[in-house]
Amino acid sequence: MAWTRKHLLSIEELSAAEINLVLETAASFKEVSTREIKKVPALRGKTVATLFFEPSTRTRTSFELAAKRLSADVVGFSPSTSSLVKGETIIDTGENLEAMKVDCFVVRHASSGVPALLARKLKASIINAGDGNHEHPTQALLDLLTIQEHKKRFRGLKVAILGDLRHSRVARSNIWALTKLGAEVILCGPPPLIPPGLETTGARVTVRRETALKDADVIYILRIQLERQQENYFPSLREYSRYYQVNRETLSLARPDAIVMHPGPMNRGVEISTEAAEDRRSVILNQVENGIAARMAVLYLLLVGK
Amino acid sequence: MEKKIEVIGEAEIGKLINQLSESVSRTLNLENLAILGIRRRGVELALRLQKRLEKPGRKIPLGILDITLYRDDLSSVDVQPLVRGTSIPFDLTGRDILLVDDVLYTGRTIRAALTQLVDFGRPRSVKLLTLIDRDHRELPIQPDFTGRFVEAAAGEFIEVRLREVDGEDKVLLITRPDRAS
Repeated sequence: MAWTRKHLLSIEELSAAEINLVLETAASFKEVSTREIKKVPALRGKTVATLFFEPSTRTRTSFELAAKRLSADVVGFSPSTSSLVKGETIIDTGENLEAMKVDCFVVRHASSGVPALLARKLKASIINAGDGNHEHPTQALLDLLTIQEHKKRFRGLKVAILGDLRHSRVARSNIWALTKLGAEVILCGPPPLIPPGLETTGARVTVRRETALKDADVIYILRIQLERQQENYFPSLREYSRYYQVNRETLSLARPDAIVMHPGPMNRGVEISTEAAEDRRSVILNQVENGIAARMAVLYLLLVGK
Repeated sequence: MEKKIEVIGEAEIGKLINQLSESVSRTLNLENLAILGIRRRGVELALRLQKRLEKPGRKIPLGILDITLYRDDLSSVDVQPLVRGTSIPFDLTGRDILLVDDVLYTGRTIRAALTQLVDFGRPRSVKLLTLIDRDHRELPIQPDFTGRFVEAAAGEFIEVRLREVDGEDKVLLITRPDRAS
């Protein structure tokens, strides 16, 4: 199968075959980062611009390293130091950078749909690096790569995703990805953090942590954004951790070979205990490592070929 | 219509590989040798050579090169080639390297392989072995060991088929009149 997409805007639009092609390619790219000279010439002469309208260290660094290891030139662009504070629109900013012959924009924005808007207006390739509550496709791809490495399959796996399902683009991308590949997904969080209609995605929903964790193969813990408490989605952090934290005790409900995942940054003691984060079953740093290979694969597939 | 002619059969392929391994062991210092097969059929050939050259007490390291990311046409191809991965489980520096591929044609694959090699270390020497050599080189690259030269016009293709990948050992000459230019 050949990759024909110009943009990566969501996991929802991808077929299982396309997801598998990215995963195979990413698995081959892992070796590059283990070399002493961590660089291949595949994207020589291409220019990638990171456009992050929301703070991020991990994702941005990961994309920059991925592009550099493929020999692309990378320019970073942050709103606080840019003309956006002077009133320029996002599309104007994009068109200006495009006039400097940028081939690919990696876009993060607090509003859903901004990457798709730029994809319609610009000629360059657009990669969604997280838009509002919508999607974060490369996070899901690196998570899939990590699950595949440890579990060798998706079909029939029980994957529990716990936390703020209402505001999580990571959860949304992962639900699409995992259900497309045949995993059984069970979602869990306090009722105010479960948006209506979540059952229609093909995933099961529960408010009981024990139901979600029982016999799980994969435990995926979402970050609790601390500011949500002020917005009254749950009464207190202490109550949240009492009923929803994954810790040594609740971890024992899962299968003995279950893996523990978190997209970062973690709030230790809130959604995850320190013991769980540092458990031998934790693959959290593995996820970070796989982020580079997954993003290299996406850049390669989007920027090579017509 | 595409026309396929068998130019080398199974028995002869076996003979060619034996001859190649004999001339390698006559000319190269096997104690310092490492073999690198170029994906995909170069890897199978490399494995067959390794089997013939190894003896009890003499291991010959083998690595796999995927040259895709070093191709010189990545900015012009229509469809991105599949990346299958490189694996070199030993240090190249100071080694005598035998680079193995099925067919030497334009020389561009070997150019890419040489560029990739130096990203892994500094070999003492690199020699090239291909089962088939043919006309229409586009770069100044020649084999050090070759099984057989096969005449083929521009636009004709040579397909090496190997048991491990294709279920049979044979070499085909393929003519595609619609594509010949």
